[in-house]
Amino acid sequence: MNFDLTEERQMLQDSLRRYLREKYSTATRNEILERPNGMSEEVWTQLAELGVIGAMFTEEQGGFGGAGFDIAVVFEELGRAGVIEPFMDSALIGGRILAACDKTDLVEEMIGGGLQLAVAHGEPTSRYDMSHVRTSVDGGKLNGRKAVVMNAENADHLIVSARASGDVADEAGIALYLVAKDAAGLTIQGYPLLAGGRAAEVTLDGVEGELLTEDGFAVLSDVMALATMAQCAETLGAMDTATRLTNDYLGTRKQFGRPIGTFQALAHRMADMLIEMEQARSAVINAAGNLREETRIRDMNISAAKNLLGRAGRLIAEESIQMHGGIAMTQEYELAHIAKRITMADHRFGDTDHHLERFIALSAA
Amino acid sequence: MDLSYTDEELAFRDEVRAFMRDELPKEMSDKIRLGDELGKEGQEKWHAILNSKGWLAPNWPKKFGGAEWNAVQRHIFEEEAAAHHAPRIVPFGLSMLAPVLQKFGSKEQQDYWLPRLLEGKDWWCQGYSEPGAGSDLASLKTRAVREGDHYIVNGQKTWTTLGQHANMIFCLVRTDPDVKQQEGISFLLIDMNTPGIEVRPIILLDGTHEVNEVFFDDVKVPVENLVGEENKGWTYAKYLLTHERTNIAGVGFSQAGLNTVKRIARAEMAGGKPLMANPHFAARVAQVEIDLKAMATSNMRIISAAAAGGAPGVEASMLKVKGTIIRQEINDLARRAVGPYAMPFASEAIEGSNEALPDPHEAGPVAAQYFNNRKLSIFGGSNEIQRGIIAKVMMGGGQ
Repeated sequence: MNFDLTEERQMLQDSLRRYLREKYSTATRNEILERPNGMSEEVWTQLAELGVIGAMFTEEQGGFGGAGFDIAVVFEELGRAGVIEPFMDSALIGGRILAACDKTDLVEEMIGGGLQLAVAHGEPTSRYDMSHVRTSVDGGKLNGRKAVVMNAENADHLIVSARASGDVADEAGIALYLVAKDAAGLTIQGYPLLAGGRAAEVTLDGVEGELLTEDGFAVLSDVMALATMAQCAETLGAMDTATRLTNDYLGTRKQFGRPIGTFQALAHRMADMLIEMEQARSAVINAAGNLREETRIRDMNISAAKNLLGRAGRLIAEESIQMHGGIAMTQEYELAHIAKRITMADHRFGDTDHHLERFIALSAA
Repeated sequence: MDLSYTDEELAFRDEVRAFMRDELPKEMSDKIRLGDELGKEGQEKWHAILNSKGWLAPNWPKKFGGAEWNAVQRHIFEEEAAAHHAPRIVPFGLSMLAPVLQKFGSKEQQDYWLPRLLEGKDWWCQGYSEPGAGSDLASLKTRAVREGDHYIVNGQKTWTTLGQHANMIFCLVRTDPDVKQQEGISFLLIDMNTPGIEVRPIILLDGTHEVNEVFFDDVKVPVENLVGEENKGWTYAKYLLTHERTNIAGVGFSQAGLNTVKRIARAEMAGGKPLMANPHFAARVAQVEIDLKAMATSNMRIISAAAAGGAPGVEASMLKVKGTIIRQEINDLARRAVGPYAMPFASEAIEGSNEALPDPHEAGPVAAQYFNNRKLSIFGGSNEIQRGIIAKVMMGGGQ
C-alpha cells in the first residue's frame, strides 16, 4: 500500500493551493459572492490555465488525469479555499457527460477554459432520485421543468435529460440532449444560492436539442459517481479549513484570562473534530480508490463517504461555529462561508439519509 | 398531579386564541411564518395592538401598567403566539430593562421611561457584550468617567441586536477600573442620538442585518441616567439576565417548527413516497418530538414552581441548553426535508438578489433559518456557560 500522491498530483496540489492562497482571499471571494453572475471569469480562466479542468479528463478525452485521485486532489483544494466558481457542475459533470458522448471539440474547449455548461437533470419533485425524469421528448421537442439547475444563466449549452420512454422513475428510457442557451422555448429563472454561485428553474416549452445519448441513465450514473466523490473531497477540504480556523481561534481567543482552548470542555470537542477529520479523509480515499471497481463496490464506497461526510461535516460546521461564538455568525468571516459550503453539500447528490439507505440496499444486493 | 390546564387557564387560552384570530394581521403572520423581517414599523404596530389589549407587558406588575400574568399564563400566551405565527415582543425595553427600572430605578426614571415603553415612544437596545467581553462579560472595558453633571463614555459594544432601530441603549460601563471586575461596573441609559455615537451594521451569515457594533467617542451622558448606585451595575445586570431567560425553552417555537416540518414532509416525495413515510426521516422527527414532549413538561414544572412574576434559577440554564438543542434540531430537520430546494437564497445584504425563490412547500428560507438559529446556543449566555452554571450549582452546592 502507498498513500502518497504521485509526483504529478503533488505538483498540481501545490500549485493550486499556492494560487488560491495568493489570489482567492476571503475578501476577494466575498466580493465575487456579490457579483450578479455569481462567479469570476478571471479565476475560471486562470485555474483552467493551471490545469484544474484538464485534470478532470483522461488522456483519451484530451486531459491529463481523470482518475479518482486526480479529481479528489483538485476538489479538496477548491473546497479548502471555498471556491464558488462552477467547476463541479460546468467542468466535471457537464464536461464528463460530453466526453462520454464523444463531443471531443466541446471537451477541448472546456479544458481550455472557454466553455460554460449546465446540467438540467433534477426536477421539482425528483429530490435525490436520479432516475426520476418527467420532462418529455416528443418528435425531438423537449417539454418540462428542471429544478435548481446550477450555473444555468452562465452556460453556453445546457445538457437536458428527458424521458423518451417508460415510467417516470424508470432507469431505461432517459435520453440526454444538448440545448443551446438561446434556443426557442427555453426559459431560465435564476437566483443566488446560500453557499455562493447561482442556479435557476428551467422551463422547456417545445425546445429543440441535439441528441447526445439514448442511454442517459448509464452516462449519468457514471458521471454522478465521479461528482459525488468530488463533492466529498470538496467538503473534506472545507472541513479542514473549518478545523484549522477553530484550532487557531481556541489558541488565541482569551476569556477569563486564558485562551479558551485551555478549557477542557472545548479542548475535547476540538479533539473529536480532529478524529472525525481522519475518518472523513479515509472515507474520501475509499471512494476515490474504488472508482474503477465494479459498480456495486464503487457505489457502496461512494455512499459510505457521502453519508460519513454528511455526519462529520455537520459536526464540524456546527461545532466550529459554536466554539467560535458570535464571530462565526458574521458574513465576512471565513468560517461563515465555509460552514455554509459544508452544510449545503448535504443537499447535493443525495443527503446523509439517502446514502445510508443506498448503502443498505447495495450491501443487501 | 394533574397535567391538564384548570378551567381558568383554559378560559384564558380561549381568550388568547380569539385575540390572535381577530387582532393579528394576516400579512404579519404570513411574514413570520415565512421567516421574513417584520421591520421597525411592523414591530411597532404589533406592540400597539398588544398595548390596546393591555397585553404588551405580561410580566410587569399592574401598578406599572402591566398584565401581571403568572408563569402559566405567560406560557400559554407564548405557545399560542408561536402557533399563530405572531411576532415576538421586542424584549430589550419591555422584558429586560423594565424589570431593572422597576426594582432599582428612581421614581423619576420609572415615571418617565415605563409609560413611554408601553406607548412605543422609545426603541431600546442592549449594550452588554464587547469584542473582548463575551462569555466573560465582567471583563468589559467601555469606560465612563464622571465630570460634573455628566459621565463621559468611551468604548465599544457589539452584537447589539436591532440597534439600527434604537433611540436608546442601556449599557454596562466601567466606572472603577481599580477594583475587582464585578465591583466597578455601572448601569447607564444612553440616548443614541448623542454626539459621538456611531452604529455600524454587522451582516450575519444568512445575509440579515440583526446586530450592530456601537462605538462611543467622548459621549456625554447626564448623571440622572445612572440606574441605581454607581459600581453596582453587575447586580442589576445579573437581575436582568434572569429576566432575559424567561421563555428560554422556546417550547412554542419548537412546536410550531415541528408542525411545519411535518407539513413539508407529508408533501415532499422521496422515492415515490411521502418523506414522512420514510423510516429514517420519520425516526428523526419522532426523536425530536419525544424530546420536545418531555421538555414541555419540564418547562411547565419549572415555571409552575417559580413564583408569579419571578424567574427560575439553575433550571433556566437546563431549559436553555435543552430548548436550544431541540430548536436547532428542528431547523436541521426542516432543511433536510426540502431537499435540493434548501440551496436557493434571497439575501437583503446582497444587492439585487431579493428575487422570488422557488419554494414549492411554502417553507420559507429554511436553510437560512438553520444558520441564523445557530445563534440560539451562543447568545444570552452560551450553552457552555449554562453547563458551567449547572455543574457549579448542582455539584458544588449553591450558586
